[in-house]
Amino acid sequence: MNTLVTLITAGITFGTVLLYGTLGEILTEKSGSLNLGVEGIMYMGGAFGLAGAFYYEKAAGGIGNGPVAIVIAILAAFAAGALASAIYSFLTITLRTNQNVTGLALSIFGTGVGQFVGEFMRVSEGGYVALSNPLKEAFSATIWPDALIRIPILGPILFSHTIFFYLAIVLAIVMSLFLNRTRKGLYLRAVGESPSTSDAAGIDTTRYRYLATIIGGGISAIGGMVYIMTTAGCVWNHEGLAGVGWLAVALVIFCIWRPLNAIWGSVIFGAMMIMYLRVSLPFIPTEIYKILPYVVTVIVLIITSMRNSRDKQPPASLGLNYFREER
Amino acid sequence: MSEKRTPFVRLAKRTDIDPKKAWLIRVASIVVALILGCIPMLFTGTNPIEAYSVIVQGSLLRPVYFRQTVKIAIPLLGCALAIAPCFKMRFWNIGAEGQITMGAMCATYFALYWVDKVPSAVLLVIMFLASLVGGGLWALIPAFFKAKWNTNETLFTLMMNYIAIGIVAWLQGGPWEGRKGSQLIPMFDDAARLPNLFGVHIGWIFVLVLVVLMHIYMNKTKQGYEIAVIGDSQNTARYAGMNVGAIIMRTMFISGAISGFVGFMTVSGANYTLYSGVADNVGFTAITVAWLSQLNAFAMIFISMLLAVISKGANTLQTRLQVPASISDIITGILLFAMLSCEFFINYRLIFRKKGEEVEA
Amino acid sequence: MDSRHAIEMKGITKRFGQVVANDRIDLSVEWGEILALLGENGSGKTTLMNMLSGIYQPDEGEIFEDGEPISIRSPKDAFRHGIGMIHQHYKLIEVFTAAQNIILGLDEEKMDLKETNRRVAEICSRYGFEIDPTMKVYDMSVSQKQTVEIVKVLYRGARVLILDEPTAVLTPQETVKLFRILRAMKEDGKAIIIITHKLHEVMDVSDRVAVLRKGQYIGTLMTKDTSPQELTDMMVGRAVSLNIDRPKYDNPKPRLVVSGLSCTDEEGVSRLSDVSFTAMTGEILGIAGISGSGQKELLEAITGLYPVKSGSVKVVGDDGQEMELLGKSPMQVRKAGVGMAFVPEDRLGMGLVGSMGMTGNMLLRSWRNGRGALLKKKDPQALANDILKELEVVTPGIDYPVRRLSGGNVQKVLVGREIAIPHSVLMTAYAVRGLDINTSYTIYRLLTEEKMKGVAVIFIGEDLDVLLELCDRILVLCGGRVSGIVDGRKATKEEIGLMMTHVGQEVDANE
Repeated sequence: MNTLVTLITAGITFGTVLLYGTLGEILTEKSGSLNLGVEGIMYMGGAFGLAGAFYYEKAAGGIGNGPVAIVIAILAAFAAGALASAIYSFLTITLRTNQNVTGLALSIFGTGVGQFVGEFMRVSEGGYVALSNPLKEAFSATIWPDALIRIPILGPILFSHTIFFYLAIVLAIVMSLFLNRTRKGLYLRAVGESPSTSDAAGIDTTRYRYLATIIGGGISAIGGMVYIMTTAGCVWNHEGLAGVGWLAVALVIFCIWRPLNAIWGSVIFGAMMIMYLRVSLPFIPTEIYKILPYVVTVIVLIITSMRNSRDKQPPASLGLNYFREER
Repeated sequence: MSEKRTPFVRLAKRTDIDPKKAWLIRVASIVVALILGCIPMLFTGTNPIEAYSVIVQGSLLRPVYFRQTVKIAIPLLGCALAIAPCFKMRFWNIGAEGQITMGAMCATYFALYWVDKVPSAVLLVIMFLASLVGGGLWALIPAFFKAKWNTNETLFTLMMNYIAIGIVAWLQGGPWEGRKGSQLIPMFDDAARLPNLFGVHIGWIFVLVLVVLMHIYMNKTKQGYEIAVIGDSQNTARYAGMNVGAIIMRTMFISGAISGFVGFMTVSGANYTLYSGVADNVGFTAITVAWLSQLNAFAMIFISMLLAVISKGANTLQTRLQVPASISDIITGILLFAMLSCEFFINYRLIFRKKGEEVEA
Repeated sequence: MDSRHAIEMKGITKRFGQVVANDRIDLSVEWGEILALLGENGSGKTTLMNMLSGIYQPDEGEIFEDGEPISIRSPKDAFRHGIGMIHQHYKLIEVFTAAQNIILGLDEEKMDLKETNRRVAEICSRYGFEIDPTMKVYDMSVSQKQTVEIVKVLYRGARVLILDEPTAVLTPQETVKLFRILRAMKEDGKAIIIITHKLHEVMDVSDRVAVLRKGQYIGTLMTKDTSPQELTDMMVGRAVSLNIDRPKYDNPKPRLVVSGLSCTDEEGVSRLSDVSFTAMTGEILGIAGISGSGQKELLEAITGLYPVKSGSVKVVGDDGQEMELLGKSPMQVRKAGVGMAFVPEDRLGMGLVGSMGMTGNMLLRSWRNGRGALLKKKDPQALANDILKELEVVTPGIDYPVRRLSGGNVQKVLVGREIAIPHSVLMTAYAVRGLDINTSYTIYRLLTEEKMKGVAVIFIGEDLDVLLELCDRILVLCGGRVSGIVDGRKATKEEIGLMMTHVGQEVDANE
């Protein structure tokens, strides 16, 4: 039982990072853009989020305010991700480049920029970039009183997390409501299903695709920032961040493009990724656990394609560009 | 029609463009990319002209650098050649990363456990064949599901990359681990290493031969024709009596096998060992190489060399001018963006509205 | 009535590259009127209407609504002016419900599906539609989808409705129902434009009829003052005395024996049921029917491209030997020495490779020839040159992508190739659709030549005049069944028209 609780708790910690990446990508893909640059976007989010908090603290003379630093980190990461996705959007939507290739190019570019900013900060600040301890704690502290956390089992599972986890849950719910209950959400899904139909209905497909892709990229980037500022302890760590973006892409498929599924999906994925540290099963090498998320995603992909159930397919125009006057 | 109603910029598809003008646009895009690449350099306080000259010097102008550049270009070129037939078929194989890894893994098995059993030449041939089978079978899995249930191949092949990498990570720390606790697979014996020619492992010859072979395969053979027809219209392919599913699987096997071969060259010619990062993003970068070359095998030589020059040159840049080597990824990224975008200006012309008359650009 | 037109188009010109799709067209429609826009395939009807619905913008010309000049730059603009178009290919999101599709693109802030349902119900009762707003589109029949499209347009307050070939996919009963609805809307004061090339529908439902021919405006007539003959003349440009040469072949023998053929599509809907006929050597067997009656499936099933549920397809050789084709792959069939030439309906999507030149397309039937792995391009190249010369294909060169050729030249390449392969059966689907008169006659001549060589020719057509002058016998399909086979020299248009809507014995004497 104890192991399970630790597993879930740790799963949530890592899952939070994934959840941002995935939610952003869901929004993006719902508009029909398959942005494979998430990996690069999350790198940029991590680097710029760290840079935002760090330079804020420096500007404040070493005594930064926790909540302010958090907001700045979120905004900086979001802006970086949005900018990266804006490049992707401009190329694929306006200049009509191939989505797969452009996404991969963004992945290369973004990891480069993230890494460059991380290293540049280290070099220009004389070797070491770190926040002061109080600020670090602001990022990794929970928002609930101790009493709640001490409730057996439920306490650690529900109340021991950083503010980013609860924000992500809210975001998932809001996104789900947006997609399913609002007119704009309906239109966005329509654009992802069939841009030509949406266009004929008078929906500005270009605008929807641009906005969804850019905002989605911004949300994904927050995931990178959360990783650097919580798990990595406010230090640039590209190795830990490597592969997270791709895992987020996998999770989008696993939760069949539904934000609410992404909540528990991210916890499961998170748990699988750290299971090798906590659980050992006979005959199964612990290292193999790490490929489980990808294996289950493949299985989900296969099953949905075999069943061919109409409501569980990728957005019908995913990966395809749309031009109106093609003749 | 009145002024107000015409949008400021309109697009018109070009019916035909002068090839000279098309090349001019392509060259211009590279120039624009290199200019944009100055921005991060200026950030670090480096003189861009100096930086670019270091990149060129540090990748081409000394034999030792040139050899290292070629070493980087080999897997890129090989893998781009592997991807070309898939893309021609409009099968979006983005799983080359995993196919390289599986090819490398299969070759490594024999390098580790058969090294005492057979002579070096035989061992290398066995490793070569094993890499073909390993990469090929790995690619066959998504192709099978695509052919049978139309499972989305982009997402499937993507997932397969990380499964392959995970398997090697497990071998690295588990059954194949050398010194206990090292998390490393032992270095290959000399017998399992590819010989060098002119200071670079002979993979470069293989890859150049492969360029010619792939060019012939895509343009002159029956199988290449089948691939082209399927890429244009699967219905037409069926009409012509082609077994579309079988051709998709066959093509993916060939593609995976070539990627696997790239994996073999990497472990046996460059790294002399296997680790989970053996593919080192080559599978992804090669996709951009294949696409930018418009699947032309000979153009791939140029594009892969271009990217290799930036990659190697940036390493030199780091040692000489303390610019982070990750700048190579930034410049590569900008270069890819620019070259992707320029096709738009080759295919379309912009018509600007200007006082009642139309101005073309 | 107000003297100003509901909609007036003046001097509208639209070009696509070199092609002039609409050349200085004038057109007007009044409130409370049904205007039929008549013209053959490719005459520019849909293009013209797309400029009213905001899909395209005219290169020249002006549009007026109630006498005021308006500009329609997007579908949204069109809605704003109360113009709504029901396209031939329905623009619906499959995974959405009817109600979700109906409100798509509307500018209201809140989404209130209950209110939507209420208003949909109101529209339905006013004009006599039946739809369930919560039904998903992928569960709907074609006619239901069309209903959703019409309701969608009415829901956004359209006063001008444009319907692009609305009856092409409907059963006769559904067509009757649709026309009843159109009349109800006309009574309600709406201006309705219906694009069609079916004369009896024009006569049946319209008040006035405007005719286009090859992108040119020919004229507008009051329906009650005109006759199908006059309209046909306007549409075709001359009286439809086609004068197709129809020689008789001596001693025809059975060549292709189809019996009890039944097919169902992926959704389990029956497409062909119990189709039986025999195609003879030296004859052109025409196949008539409203579109979607199973013509496409029939030819594809015979060539092994469409899954067959039951039945048999046998080829009789010159020696009288029978061979079953079903269950064999197209390759096996060809290896067995049975030549089946097939000109499919979808020329660039099935019969040709659009991105390749003529040589590459000749290879499509012979790429496996010769030993070894390499392609043999010599013969196909020679064939391409022959076809280029003999059929006068207009192309910059034999390696110029066929996708960029005009429709007539594309068809010449396709038919030329199919006639060149060894064959004893030649099947064509809508071989002259969209082609100019000259090219059409070239095709008729080629088919007749094949017939006189002893080939069994199957010709799926949509123009009854052509069928009646070209074919020796005509098989009429209706809803996937054979409603009869008639003699092409004796049958009348009325007879066939009746059979197209009724299966054999079900023909009601009163109708």
